Amino acid sequence: MTALAKNLADIGYMDTLAAGNSPLHRLDPRAKLFTTFLFIVAVVSFGKYEISALVPFFLYPVFLIGFGELPAGYLARKILVVAPFAFLVGVFNPLLDRQILFQLGPLGVSGGWVSFFSILTRFALTVSAALALLSLTGMNSICEALARAGFPRAFVVQLLFLNRYLFVLTGEAERLSRARALRSSGRTAMGFKVFAQIVGRLLLRTLDRAERVYRAMLCRGFDGNIPIVEFSRIGSRDILFVSAWSVLFALFRFFNVSLILGEAATGLLK
Amino acid sequence: MSHHIVEADKLHYSYPDGTAALSGVSFLIAQGESVALVGENGAGKSTLLQHFTGCLFPSAGVLKVGGLVAEKKNLSALRRAVGMVFQNPDDQLFMPTVFEDVAFGLRSLGVAGAELEEKVTGALEVVGAAHLRSLPPYRLSQGEKRAAAIAGVLAMSPDVLVMDEPTSSLDPLSRRRLMNLLKTFKHTKIIATHDLDFALELCERTIVIHKGVVTADGPTREVFSDDGLLKRSSLERPASLLHGR
Repeated sequence: MTALAKNLADIGYMDTLAAGNSPLHRLDPRAKLFTTFLFIVAVVSFGKYEISALVPFFLYPVFLIGFGELPAGYLARKILVVAPFAFLVGVFNPLLDRQILFQLGPLGVSGGWVSFFSILTRFALTVSAALALLSLTGMNSICEALARAGFPRAFVVQLLFLNRYLFVLTGEAERLSRARALRSSGRTAMGFKVFAQIVGRLLLRTLDRAERVYRAMLCRGFDGNIPIVEFSRIGSRDILFVSAWSVLFALFRFFNVSLILGEAATGLLK
Repeated sequence: MSHHIVEADKLHYSYPDGTAALSGVSFLIAQGESVALVGENGAGKSTLLQHFTGCLFPSAGVLKVGGLVAEKKNLSALRRAVGMVFQNPDDQLFMPTVFEDVAFGLRSLGVAGAELEEKVTGALEVVGAAHLRSLPPYRLSQGEKRAAAIAGVLAMSPDVLVMDEPTSSLDPLSRRRLMNLLKTFKHTKIIATHDLDFALELCERTIVIHKGVVTADGPTREVFSDDGLLKRSSLERPASLLHGR
């Protein structure tokens, strides 16, 4: 199995997790989606030098993972896989922003380093919450929740199909690249020319397949709408979940809880 | 009203690049008949199948299914009447889970709630795939995918079942299971296949297509015993008919 195929099998595992039966799994997908959306908005709305105020927000992903009985190690590995992106976004900040913000003993900490760590913290927060949401809800329910929330239907259908055909596409890519490897007498590097041809081939196959899939859909009465999952009504537990977390997020957003707790702790020590 | 459920009268079809795929195909199929459609690669079988579901329309000639002329204005009724099972089940299973996939066509028709549940479960039970209902299609074996795809079509209770190479890439046991399953169906069946033993066992009648025209149409056993015809159509006697020579 190639690294790519392994990673995708892992994504499939998230849908398996979503079939779980914890109280969090049973919450209405809309409630979870909306709360996670609020969470992400709150987290990214902080100033670029903020770190300490972000820390309390870890409560939310930890809560989801803990009470949703999700495998934390697995999710942590998933976060690490995408971490290089966040790293690249922030890695030049220490070079560009050298103004010393505060002294840590003899060490002057520049604004660049602070904003870099702020980016990494936000990344860990948002991605862990999103992955936990996915593992608790499943792609299908998320898509339906998005559709109900008024997202354009075309967008939601695209997302569903991405989830479905990702596996078929990688299967095809894997077969193509294996066919190449078997006949290239041990040369491991693909070379740009062959790579371009394989990608081109893949595109053509994908277009063909898209046409066949579309025909299959038409044959069964597709009219532009994909009816997905039927939801039950929003219950009191859903409302409680959304409102309790909204209040907490507001609290974390407008008061620096870490600072207050820290000051209280040092006050007690005095 | 004729008692024929499928009527093809001098069907012609050319692809936009000018390739003539059908050049005057005519046949009549009665209710409940099981017909094999055989012919070499590129003979025009798949093109013909696409006409049944209104994915292509004839350039000339008329195709009628259940009294409906295959044309744009009858499209949705035509697609209700014809259940098409694609060659590659991955093309057909586009919904996230087996249950959702089988439910897709029904939901498009406005079926919901308990009735939906009942119909989907029923169709899955018929093909022996009830235990697969909550699985995503990429977790299924080829045989299971085929069963799920057939359930999706059965759930719509079509009048005519059209299948494109149903036994391709199935292991012998899955193939046997599929054959036993199809034997229990009372639908009118039109099956395009290269699996002549399959055709011999399942279809009392065979239509041979060669270069876009019908070169033979008759009882399967007779057609498959005509060596000259088989050779001209790039076919060969099925193994089970070799002893009889």
